[in-house]
Amino acid sequence: MPDINHRNPKEIMTLSRLGSFYQSKLSFLRSFIREFKDWEFNKDLFELDESGYGTAVYSVKKNSRVYSLVCFANELNSTERSDRVIATKWDAAFVLHDGIPTKDDIERLKENVPKQEVGRVSYKELTLSRANKSVRIFEHTVDALASGQQPDETIVKDVGYLYRTTAVYGSGKFGLADRYRIKERSEICGPFRLEMMLVYLVRQFTFDQVNHIAKSRNPTSAVKLSDDIARNLGIGNSTGLGMAPFIVNHPTLLHNWIYSREEALKQIRSIEKVEINDFNKFKECFEKSKLNINTWKTDSEYQINKIKILIKDLEHFEKKYLLNFEFNEKFLWNKLYLWIENELSEEGIEYIVSMLMEPYDNIVNPLVEKMSSEEDLHFDIPGERLVSDLIDIIQINYSNILDIDFNSSEEIANFWFISKNKEEPRVANRYEEEGSELEQPLAIARDVSKLFKRLKDYSSSKTIAEFLMSNNDLRHAVRRCFIIEKFPYSEIQDNTIGSKLVPIDMLRLKLSFFGAQKFDPRSDKWLRINMYQGAPLINELKNTDDTWIYNRL
Amino acid sequence: MRTSSEIETISKRATKAAGFPWGIAEEVGKNIKSLELLSISGIENLSLYLEQVKGKETFGPKEISKENNIKPNSFCPFYTGSALLDSASKVEEIKKLTLHSINFPILLIPFINRLSDRIGKKIKLQIDDHNFLLNLNKFIATDTNLMGLIIENAKIIKIEIQENEDSFKDKVWDQLYELSTETFVEETDRLKENAAGAGLADND
Repeated sequence: MPDINHRNPKEIMTLSRLGSFYQSKLSFLRSFIREFKDWEFNKDLFELDESGYGTAVYSVKKNSRVYSLVCFANELNSTERSDRVIATKWDAAFVLHDGIPTKDDIERLKENVPKQEVGRVSYKELTLSRANKSVRIFEHTVDALASGQQPDETIVKDVGYLYRTTAVYGSGKFGLADRYRIKERSEICGPFRLEMMLVYLVRQFTFDQVNHIAKSRNPTSAVKLSDDIARNLGIGNSTGLGMAPFIVNHPTLLHNWIYSREEALKQIRSIEKVEINDFNKFKECFEKSKLNINTWKTDSEYQINKIKILIKDLEHFEKKYLLNFEFNEKFLWNKLYLWIENELSEEGIEYIVSMLMEPYDNIVNPLVEKMSSEEDLHFDIPGERLVSDLIDIIQINYSNILDIDFNSSEEIANFWFISKNKEEPRVANRYEEEGSELEQPLAIARDVSKLFKRLKDYSSSKTIAEFLMSNNDLRHAVRRCFIIEKFPYSEIQDNTIGSKLVPIDMLRLKLSFFGAQKFDPRSDKWLRINMYQGAPLINELKNTDDTWIYNRL
Repeated sequence: MRTSSEIETISKRATKAAGFPWGIAEEVGKNIKSLELLSISGIENLSLYLEQVKGKETFGPKEISKENNIKPNSFCPFYTGSALLDSASKVEEIKKLTLHSINFPILLIPFINRLSDRIGKKIKLQIDDHNFLLNLNKFIATDTNLMGLIIENAKIIKIEIQENEDSFKDKVWDQLYELSTETFVEETDRLKENAAGAGLADND
């Protein structure tokens, strides 16, 4: 048996590696679809005018549990349409309500949901979102349907969605139910389940809305959007820096996500005899997935370069490995992994790691259930431990970080802050912008490095409690060190404030776990993605295959 | 109604803005959330305290001992609570300790409640004339109406670790046990032989 271990966090938790992650069977929107198969679906209310403005309610039910998506579609002047989180009006606003909303609930939500951050919802609401139409495709689709035609497949492929959300909120924001109210619910057993549910139901609303408008325009000749085209439309999403602090502020959750990926890989590499069916499934998914790369549109030089590297990697993998390997070898996956680790870039390695999971429901599904976290359980600092313990923890877990020279202005060029206007995270140059004195505690590498220096000047036999009595300014860093001791994948092993920081690497990590595809950076600070493209339609859920993500027009 | 998540976030940020370090602000965020879940006026006490100390120096203990005093100053509930929590094993060893003069002592309660959980023992807390029994961060028993209670300063705070002892008499326990045995079935010889997993003799 070869010596197969989890991969080293110091290699995996770098920003460039995390920024090369791809969706996999572990991703939340895929695990949501697997879990959502046996829910009942109903369109309870659909009161839209001929232009598609009005209110709609969809409900989903499992056993005695009902969730309802309440949709408000509004007229929006084109000058008011913005993807930025700082917008104040949207084409549509959505909320996932716990149960069936009463008329009073709908009236209350109508007053508040379209206002988003400046409105107020209640503990009866679970997730909140808003979305704008894709100008490129929405009108084209309605026009085509109204004239009895299907939309042009090229345009559909180019865009990939009718609507693009700009935020999906949950967990106590703007009055929404706190996580503790729902975390024990047995029918939703993975992270971000209700956010995934909202987006999936919004997708259905977008189909119903274009069909409705087309029919209103031309009651006699309009046709419905074909299932094949609808299936290949997802929901777009514009994502900014808000996601970046999340992964720093939830260290044990981050660990659980990455650990699940690493554990899946370890178990797969440890399979002595790979079954032919499993190998064929891997190959089939690999082949189909390449179509996604070919339809991946972006104007970002950064992403175009990454795609080029990926394509080159995959070609190299096919020619030099797949065509020549011996299927009957023992520990085939392990040999394959060792080859890609040696031969491919981070993009190619992580792409194939995701692919390796495809045949293995039995390995992946139990791990999905372990991807949530109770952060509060690991919050307290063990003050009775010794300063020498903490020094050891830092030397073992943060050795790469200790090599960074934080006295260099290049290494502390940026700072993270919360904007006063929108209460959203931002990053700016420390030397060019005001406000660095209000820096958020997201420069963990710098602070751990500072902590290490101070600990070295302190008596190593003293307790952490004694150390903290005069060093509480580094308390947040001390807490993290004791977390990483138990959760080795809890920390980004990189400098999050250096001049070379590419914030979208942090976004891509999170989005890959969401199951997003076709990352399209619009700058180094925000990007567009597509969710649920290729996903089964609601009436197809029961018979769906989990490899839907690779289905394309 | 403000959500727990909002209460934690805003408390944390406000504490930082008043001049406390992020690590302390994180503690305060968790604590105020827990006070408000217990319907104790965490937000009110916090707001008043931060207003009082914003930009000023505040003081915690330099070590934890039986008698703790920083005359002529008063203890800050955050630094004091954090120090007590960090020093859980020492507090358990000392068993009974006194703090002289502490500002906004209601803000200390969640730290002591967490301390009770860390140590695994109930803790008696006395804030001047108000008595509390903190139980493993699960609930608080008190002789005081805590709703809306704001205490700007307490002269004496006493903390006493309780040993894990029953709160009832043996006689009462015996009575209850007797009653519980009425759910048992009297074992006949036949049942002794057939109903148990092992045999009557077990000499191998």
